[in-house]
Amino acid sequence: MSQTRAELSVWVGGAAGDGIAASGESFAKACARSGYHVFAYNSYQSAIRGGHVCMHIRVGRQKVWTHGDGLQYLVALNADSVERYAARVPPGGAILYNRDKFDVKPERIPQGVQAIGLPVMELVGNQLMQNIALMGALYELLGLDAGAFKGLIRERFAKKGEGIVATNLSAFDKGAAFARAHAQPGGIRIGASDGKHRLVASGNALIAFGAVAAGCRFYAAYPMTPASSILHWMAKNAVKTGTLVKQAEDEIAVLNMAIGASHAGVRAMCATSGGGFALMSEAVGEAAMTETPVVVVEVQRAGPSTGVPTKTEQADLFQLLGASQGDFPKIILAPRTFNECYSMTIQAFNLADKYQCPVLLSSDLYLSERNETFEGLDITNIPIERGEIVTEANGEPYRRFLDTKTGVSPRALPGTPGTVYVAATDEHDPDGVVISDVFTNPSMRAKMMEKRMRKLDHILKELPEPELEGPKDADLTLIGWGSTYAVLVEAMQALNQEGLSAKGGSASGGKVNVFAPRALWPFKGEATRRLLERCTMTLAVEANYIGQLAKLIRMETGLAIQHHLHKYDGEPFEPAQVIAHARKLLKTKPKESTVASVVSDEGLPPDFSPIAAPGSEAVRVH
Amino acid sequence: MAQVKEYQGLVKPDWCPGCGDFGVLNALQRALADLDIAPHNVLVVSGIGCSSNLPGFIRAYGFHGLHGRSLPVAAGAKLANHELTVIAAGGDGDGYGIGAGHFIHTCRRNFNMTYIVMDNQIYGLTTGQASPTTEKDIRTKSTPEGTIEIPLNPVALALTCGATYVARGFSGENLQLANLMKGAIEHKGFALVDVFSPCVTYNKHNTYPWFKERIYKLEDEKHDPANFQAAMERAFEWGNRIPIGLFFKVERPTYEDEEPALRSGPLVRQPLRRTNLAAVMEEFL
Repeated sequence: MSQTRAELSVWVGGAAGDGIAASGESFAKACARSGYHVFAYNSYQSAIRGGHVCMHIRVGRQKVWTHGDGLQYLVALNADSVERYAARVPPGGAILYNRDKFDVKPERIPQGVQAIGLPVMELVGNQLMQNIALMGALYELLGLDAGAFKGLIRERFAKKGEGIVATNLSAFDKGAAFARAHAQPGGIRIGASDGKHRLVASGNALIAFGAVAAGCRFYAAYPMTPASSILHWMAKNAVKTGTLVKQAEDEIAVLNMAIGASHAGVRAMCATSGGGFALMSEAVGEAAMTETPVVVVEVQRAGPSTGVPTKTEQADLFQLLGASQGDFPKIILAPRTFNECYSMTIQAFNLADKYQCPVLLSSDLYLSERNETFEGLDITNIPIERGEIVTEANGEPYRRFLDTKTGVSPRALPGTPGTVYVAATDEHDPDGVVISDVFTNPSMRAKMMEKRMRKLDHILKELPEPELEGPKDADLTLIGWGSTYAVLVEAMQALNQEGLSAKGGSASGGKVNVFAPRALWPFKGEATRRLLERCTMTLAVEANYIGQLAKLIRMETGLAIQHHLHKYDGEPFEPAQVIAHARKLLKTKPKESTVASVVSDEGLPPDFSPIAAPGSEAVRVH
Repeated sequence: MAQVKEYQGLVKPDWCPGCGDFGVLNALQRALADLDIAPHNVLVVSGIGCSSNLPGFIRAYGFHGLHGRSLPVAAGAKLANHELTVIAAGGDGDGYGIGAGHFIHTCRRNFNMTYIVMDNQIYGLTTGQASPTTEKDIRTKSTPEGTIEIPLNPVALALTCGATYVARGFSGENLQLANLMKGAIEHKGFALVDVFSPCVTYNKHNTYPWFKERIYKLEDEKHDPANFQAAMERAFEWGNRIPIGLFFKVERPTYEDEEPALRSGPLVRQPLRRTNLAAVMEEFL
């Protein structure tokens, strides 16, 4: 008998080059088209061939917030995947693999789990078809309608001709037939969906789409994981969207080009990761000093330095806060969800234009690179605010950097008659005349500093108010930012559900809510202080070592978050890790502040050495 | 035709008396006046250094950016509004030192813009350290025992990297310099005008008399600017005879010509609101 659930997880594991992303994304897309909510996270390494890749696809009848904690089905494209994950497959689940490539030892197969080895050569006569045949078998086990997946096969191979389409469809069917003949139906299945066609994309695609929706016409970039897929999306859609996409020689040129384009009047954006942003830093101050609007996306990956290029982290907040010398107005936004990736990118352009300053949009690999279903993007009522632009001279001498109440001076674009001026990175007066070398003037310098910094007071009013999500009277408040928000929401829902179902002798012993600010600079310190003062117990959950958000909150509110849970192993938090820690705190209610960290179990011994096990998967037995 | 004084900036240049940059500024103002390009259609982008203060001294739109970054800013502005006349200007430290990477790549991209380098073979604003074009064995504040490195050759580098108009002028030859600048601005593609612009304060070696003894004009020796090999040979002439004038000129499609996004006119005039967002979204289905 199979049990029907509201969700299930399939992991597809193998080496880079095995086509995991392609099959995994197709499966995710097919599920989305069949009306399920999907979350697909690809855990990969910086290798084009080889290495280890695992696509985690979680499918739900309701919204799935994260890639979850475990799996029910494993599609193993190499023996290494079996070594790593087989033990985690629960009874009722299954392991699917190509038995031409390797064998699964009986002792590796957990009790109640089916191991289904497809004889791929015998079935389809071509090892290149292994992924499609395995997908056919998976669909058969899950008892899902394969129509959407077959539709994707047709779309994907249409250009290659009817013959190739037919071969692939046949491989899928043969995989399904094999499973029908040689395996039991899957013991864990997902209930029927609502049948609604859902949209699915990556967080980076939604940032890029948000930029296009906001009227961005100039995008510059230098390739850097995990920001490159914004470049790829922009380039692929450049002709359709009328966007100029420029790959430059380095990130210094990238941001300077974007500033040049914006200075000439075009909405401009660029994106990078931490290392590239470090190179851009000086130009962040340049945008502020010349009062040029610009949007910079920083998709964080695990640092420091080159760090772990294909792994996630949230350790660049201080870099964003501290980027570039001197005091100047800048805005840091941190979207937490796909809808916010879209809407906050639009907001970033509006704030940049209105306040003529750099806006830094922070993301991280886990938010940017995962694929997830989403709904409710508003593409008809897009707010576009360009701020004050002077289109013709009014007879008065034009003062580009006029001191105003808001600190914002009406901007004239090059090409406008009668309003010529110089935008200088040197300190300058309202006319734009530099006062840095021969005409230094302390009172004018102070006045210009105050003019620029005044913008922050007005920006602050436009940023979202800090708010608590979940019950007001919670016993524990989970605090995080960026991609961690989704993990906290899932943990909160699970803990509150647990509390409800165990009244009396409650398992966790308390209610939980979430605080996750999405506007990080300027910071609403006073409002945040009022909000956090009412919280009974606080736990900051951050994918970094030092707790950068907690430190920012302390700096801006004077309040110390009591407890800290950190993760810096490169993998995102799993909800179970947060739930377990929260449960412990709710039970023990420690008086003293605590700091803890968690590590994902990737099935490797902590002292695993590639030298001791050179290149051989077989020796990775532990 | 416009008058030179129409291009005079809000403030008078604060360069040292006798600085070569005065001649460069005059030549540029004369070139713009002769070409009758209205000040509001010109954008002069510079970096940091004595010569990079030039935008403040000329009446035109200006962007006085970071040290070494004039070219990417200028490129961004040109791509955003290719109807503007975009001129980048700066010194040898700015362009051939800290900004050398941008110089190389801007040459090969062939944007339709002009780059004027006021080459005084020294860091002036920082009071006299060796620059990328300082000759070998020259004593400066940073090389009291003499420079060990050989100097960079801007003309040869520009030629190698694909610049389509490569010229060298001298502040002391103002009429020729103005003509070289006119040619550069009129040229459809990336034009380098490297200018010997003596630093009278910190470079006691490459002085006006030093140049006057050595320079000769390429046009006086029947040099053919269409001949790349000949241009390369002339680029390596140094010592007793140093050529100035137009080394090389070739027509090649500009970046703007080939950029699909510019087919419907300057980016800055494209509407902010796209009408096909629903169609773009189809890939998410």
